[in-house]
This record gives sequence, structure tokens and C-alpha cells, in this order.
Amino acid sequence: MRCRAIFACIFLVLLLSVLSCGQRDKEARQDLLKVGLVFDVGGKGDKSFNDAAYRGVSQAAAEFPLEFVEFEPGQDADRESGLRKLARGGYDLVIGVGFLFTDAINKVAQDFPDVHFACVDYDLKAGLEIPVNLVALKFREEEGSFLVGALAAMKSNTKTVGFVGGMDIPLIHKFEAGYRYGVQIEDPTVRVLVNYAGATGKAFDDPVKGKELALSQFNKGADIIFQAAGTTGLGVKEAALEKGGMVIWVDSNGNYLAPGTILTSMIKKVDVAVYETIASVVKERFQGGVREFGLKEDGVGYVVDEHNQGLISQVMIDRLEELKAKIIEGQIVVPSH
Amino acid sequence: MKEKGGKGTFLILEILSPAVAFLLALAMGAVLILSLAENPLHVYNVMFRGGLGSIDGLGYVFFSATPLILTGLAVAFAFRAGLFNIGGEGQLYMGAFFCAWIGFTFPSMPSTLMVPLCILFAALGGAIWGLVPGVLKARFGVHEVINTIMLNFVAMLTTNFLVNHVYKEPGQMIPQTKEIATTAWIPRMAPLLQRLHIQLPTSNPLNYSLLLALMIAALAWLLLFKTRLGYEIRAVGLSHKAAEYGGIKVGATMVLSMVISGSMAGLVGVNEVLGYRHRFLDGFSTGLGFTGIAVALLGRNHPLGVVLAAVLFGILNTGALEVDIFTDIPRELVMVLQAVIIICVVVGDQVFRRWVSRRLPLQPHAGFFH
Repeated sequence: MRCRAIFACIFLVLLLSVLSCGQRDKEARQDLLKVGLVFDVGGKGDKSFNDAAYRGVSQAAAEFPLEFVEFEPGQDADRESGLRKLARGGYDLVIGVGFLFTDAINKVAQDFPDVHFACVDYDLKAGLEIPVNLVALKFREEEGSFLVGALAAMKSNTKTVGFVGGMDIPLIHKFEAGYRYGVQIEDPTVRVLVNYAGATGKAFDDPVKGKELALSQFNKGADIIFQAAGTTGLGVKEAALEKGGMVIWVDSNGNYLAPGTILTSMIKKVDVAVYETIASVVKERFQGGVREFGLKEDGVGYVVDEHNQGLISQVMIDRLEELKAKIIEGQIVVPSH
Repeated sequence: MKEKGGKGTFLILEILSPAVAFLLALAMGAVLILSLAENPLHVYNVMFRGGLGSIDGLGYVFFSATPLILTGLAVAFAFRAGLFNIGGEGQLYMGAFFCAWIGFTFPSMPSTLMVPLCILFAALGGAIWGLVPGVLKARFGVHEVINTIMLNFVAMLTTNFLVNHVYKEPGQMIPQTKEIATTAWIPRMAPLLQRLHIQLPTSNPLNYSLLLALMIAALAWLLLFKTRLGYEIRAVGLSHKAAEYGGIKVGATMVLSMVISGSMAGLVGVNEVLGYRHRFLDGFSTGLGFTGIAVALLGRNHPLGVVLAAVLFGILNTGALEVDIFTDIPRELVMVLQAVIIICVVVGDQVFRRWVSRRLPLQPHAGFFH
């Protein structure tokens, strides 16, 4: 009897499925540009790096007729097979967000010469030749970090500032190097404390570790911490709220997250880079190769808005603009490691 | 347990019960999908088409099933000796690292020597990680579940350290070791299959490690059911006191089965390092060792069942990616579905068995640990 009831349930559900069939089938329209976005570790919702990429696609979707899908690979092998599925599934542009895609996107781009590819933070050191249908979107993070470093040095009362990095890799060393140099140029007496959350991808997705590191830096006397750590940075913010310190946000504008606590944001305009790449495909002006975004290209910078204008005086802004101009002119060359 | 009630009936029961559980799980999944306002038929269609709809998809299914066959066998083999090996994860990391280490440390070795040596070291790495909890269990009676779990962390963090602080190439951002020598590579299956007119694209990562995994499954079956050692292992598993009374060295048998179990898990490294990535990537596994427990459970701790269950998980894994990309259902739901299948198998098995045994004069049954 019980068994019959179970089978009846299965049958009923299957029947329901059949009935609801055809109500909403995703039929791709022919005239739409199809864009696929594949996220990095941490995924959508990190309020910084990945979200910036997502904003870029959303913004493009609002302006151009395009259809897009996004997903986060569950395991390493999914990166390559996911890119491949998108390329084979008729997508016109496939974007990998993060340097972890370097190998996979290079390989897949060679196999699908008719599809456009873009990779944010593509790792040039991997030494692979970039195919013509792949654009490597690179940022001079050290330049933006330099400015927020200078600002931290101006603002610090304890003459000690901190840096919390995500993964201990050359990419994040660029943030650290720029920040250090900015502090040093502005005020050589200010001490910089540096910690990294780890050596693996998880280091970008570990708020608990972020909070731990930030608390220890605050306890050692730091009053401002620059975090370049993805989702891990949310923990740094928590620590600052608890200790009454200040945080410099990274990648996206995070000033609104905790007004009064977020000093400013070192934005890396991944959204602009992604948006412009999509626009270039729409306008059929796509070009492969390396595209760099620095202060000159307005690809990195700091933000002053209604959430933090009380924290930054006009004198500070003037000084930052002066430094910025010097970098753009080449009078100051910011080291990247 | 196979004498009364007829072997045929028993076999049908063995196969029918997981099948019913699977259908039940799909039905429950359908309710979930409906609640997300998607059409279950559409989602299932995308899911199964992903793995079964093309030769390429099938390649990915078997590629994804290869490590699961090995970790499933590892768990099943230890189960047969009455041991619960949760340490597959650690064993496979050690195996993979040993394997990679040979691969990049001795680049001038000829291929005929290199590949077998790498495979041997993969098994060795896993075996050592199985030996420790085996000895602790047999000699001191420390429960293997605790030891294997703890050794998982030791293995993961040790390899993490070795990769990031010792064997990473300078300037490299991805946490992986240098590349192993090309002489150690296990070739992909696509070229051969293409010659046999099976159009598997060259990009498909399916490689000859699959055959190794299947061979290990056959060996496990032979060992368990056709040798004296296998008999002893099963006897210890059923009742170690009775086995001891019968003159079997219980301790030695336990240690040996943990070593064999560990070496099976260690061989996962062959697929990952020699067959696919050609490097040891830190944290590559994402729970293969733990999924092995589910595979063993679903496969009823029988080598053939493990292979079939691993293929089913391969289908679900391949489909998960497809569902994630091409529908509004998040990939988490496919994982929920996998979990629901396991629960259905465990619960459904007992319910179904009781239902059948009330109608058929079958002997009462020991459940999974038989």
C-alpha cells in the first residue's frame, strides 16, 4: 500500500511537470548579443571584485540588446569546461573574471577563434601568447593604492597603518607595494603593518580570517587598514566597526557599507573594463591583446562621495590630486612589487 | 544471506532498491524546482542532456567518475572490513602529491619507467595515509573515524605548505607545483576513440586513468570475493570476534585493508596529476574523498555497484554545470539533489527491504555493513 502511495506521488509530480511545461521556455532571440560571465573565487556578492564585473555586464545589458548568463565554477576543472560550454553554446563574448582563468581561457580561445574572450587580471607571467580573439584586461593597481596610501599617512593619528591582503601572490603584492610607497612618500615616519590571509584561493573568501588579522593590526596600534582581500575584506570591516578604526575598501566603491568607518575606496574599474569590452563587441571594434587601465585611463582611483566627505578635507584632496597628476605625467613611478 | 529467498530475488532487490530511491529523489527534486518556478522537465532535460546528450558530455561524465570510482572503492573496501574510512580526502592528496613529486623531480626518466613509478607512488602516498589510522586502530583501538578525519587536515595543510612554500615556481600566482615531465603524462583517450569513429573532441579531458580505475575495481572484486584474504577481510567486517575465534589475525587484516583502501584513494592523483592538470594544484579535490562515501553507500559497497554509482555521480556533476549555466536553477540545487538521493537510498532501502521481506521469505538483513 505504502509503495503504491509513493508511486502515485511520483506520478503526480511528473504530471505536474508536464502540465507546467512550455510555460516558460528560455528561447534565445537571434538578434541578441550573448555574453557569458564566469566568476572567480568568492563569487557574486563579495561587494568588491566579482560584483564590479557583474555591474559592468548589467550596465551593458541596460544599454545594448544583450542576453547574459553568469556562473561560478564549483571545481577547478569546471573553469575550462564551463568556458568551453559557453563558447560552444553560441555565446559571442565569454568573460573570465580573475587570473585563475589564464590557462583555461587561453586554451579555449584558441579552440574557438570566432568567439570573443576577455580575461580580467590575466596573468602575463604565464608566458602564453595571447590569441587575437582574447583581450587581457590588466590594471595598474599600484597607482590607485599609492594614492590611498598617501591618504592613510595623512589621516593616521597613531602613525601606524595596516594592509590586509587576500592571497599572497604578485597580483596582491601590487596593491601592497603601491600602498607602502604612497605612505612613504607622504610621511616616512608612518609604520605599515602587513598581513596576508593565506596562500590559496580561499584567502579571498575568508571573512573570519580577515577579522582576526585586522583585530591584531588594530591592537598593534594601526588606525587605518587597507584591505585587498575580496570577501575576506568584510571581516576587516567588522573589526574596524568593533575597534573604532578605519578601513580603505577595494575594487568596488564600498563607502556606503559603513559611513564613518570606510575612509575611502581604492576602486579598480573592472566594471568599466567589462562594459567597454562588451561595447567593443557590440560596435564591432573588438581588439585582442593587452589592455591596461591605470590612473591615466581612469581605470583606478579613490572615491569621495556623500558617505565619506566628512572624513577627507579639501587640503587632502588637493594633495591627492597633485600626486595623481605627477603619476600621470610620469614624475612619480610607483613600484609594482 | 544469499541462500534463502533465491539469489535472483536478492539481486533484483539489490538493483531495484537504489533505482526506486533515485526516482523518488528526482520526484522530490522536482518539487524543489517547481517551488523555484522552473519547469522540472526542462531542468532535468538540461541536466541529463549535459552528460548523456553528446559524446563530449559522456567523456566528461567518465572523467568526473574516474576519481569517484577510486574513492568509492576505498570507502567500500574498508567498509567490508568493518572500518569507516573518512580519510579518502587526505589519502588522495598525499597520493597526488607523491605522484607529482616523482613527476617533476626526475624529468629525465624514460616514460616506460616514469608512468608506473608515478602510479606506484600515488598508491604509496595513499597507503601511508591509510596505514597510520589502521595501525592506531588495530594496535591501540583508537577509532579510525577520528584519525582519518584528523589526517585529512594534516594532508591538506601539508601539501598546501609544500606547494606554496617549496615547490611553487617563482612569480606563479596559481597555487600549484611546477609541471611534471611530459614523459609522465597519461594520454587522453580522444585520439584512440576518434580512430574507432567515436567523435570525442580532443579537448575532452578523459584519459586512460579511467581504465586504471576500472581495473582497480575488478581487482578489488577478485580480492574481496575470490581470495582467502578477501574472505578474511569480510569475516572481520561481519564480526571480528567470530573471525578471531576462527583463527584470523584481526589486527593485521584491519591494517592491511586500510592500506589497500588508502592506496585506492591515493590513485586519484593519477587522473588529476598525470592525466589532467600535469601539476599538483593545491586544494584540487573539493571533497572527492567525501563524495566517495556516498558513492560507496549508493553502490552498496560492491565494486560493480561503486562503478555504477560513480558514473551516476559523474552524470549529476556534469549536468550540474549545465544546469548552472543554462537555467535559473543554482548549482547548489543539484548538490541538494545528490544529497536527497543519498538520503532516499539509505531510508528507502530499509523501507523497501521491510516491505519486500514481509512478502517474501527473505532472511533478515544486516543492511549496509554486510
